[in-house]
Amino acid sequence: MSPRAAWRLESLGFTDVYDYVGGKADWAAAGLPVEGRAATATRLGQLARSDVLTCGLAETVATVRSRLGDHEAAAVVNDERVVLGLVRAVDLGDDGERPVAEVMREGPSTYRPNLTAAETAPRLEGKKVARVVVTTSDGRLVGIADPDHIRDAAGT
Amino acid sequence: MPTEIDRHDVLRLLAGGAQLVEVLPAEEFEEEHLAGAVGIPLRELAQKAPAELHRDRPVTVYCYDSA
Repeated sequence: MSPRAAWRLESLGFTDVYDYVGGKADWAAAGLPVEGRAATATRLGQLARSDVLTCGLAETVATVRSRLGDHEAAAVVNDERVVLGLVRAVDLGDDGERPVAEVMREGPSTYRPNLTAAETAPRLEGKKVARVVVTTSDGRLVGIADPDHIRDAAGT
Repeated sequence: MPTEIDRHDVLRLLAGGAQLVEVLPAEEFEEEHLAGAVGIPLRELAQKAPAELHRDRPVTVYCYDSA
């Protein structure tokens, strides 16, 4: 209905009118701030740790292993911070010269930052999910959330 | 003719002092709206916009996903 609203405003004498086509759905999925009754619910954007280890497709297994330290996994991202894969310490293997692209898990499931914990917890039910990768609607990494924290926040 | 914009434009316009208006029904506005938006339902726009909005400043309208 926003196109009609924009035209109606122009008919009322407003001269500088814009229609945000993506609307509320696009805004929230990008993790941008919202207000209102529902805004108090705990969302994945808040639960995601942003200090996630990242690496590039071409980095070698040896490099990534040395950087992983205590982290169990790293997100494989490009220069735009778009998530292309996920690599766990256990996936790295013995060949330190291999690029991460060959050992990573392609296209991990991702969740939007505006999802509430209560909406997400049921989706994790019965799945062996060790970490929840949170990205904006255009695929950029927000962070990684711990499924236990999501269940706690959802009260389940 | 209204200009169609994306969220990057919205952020830029907001920073420049543009008005942001949700035109969904009041109930949906109260449930959740973009930070900094005011709510004027489409059906009340003609009645309320002249008093509640400035004609000399940019206005951005939005709904759920433009449908």
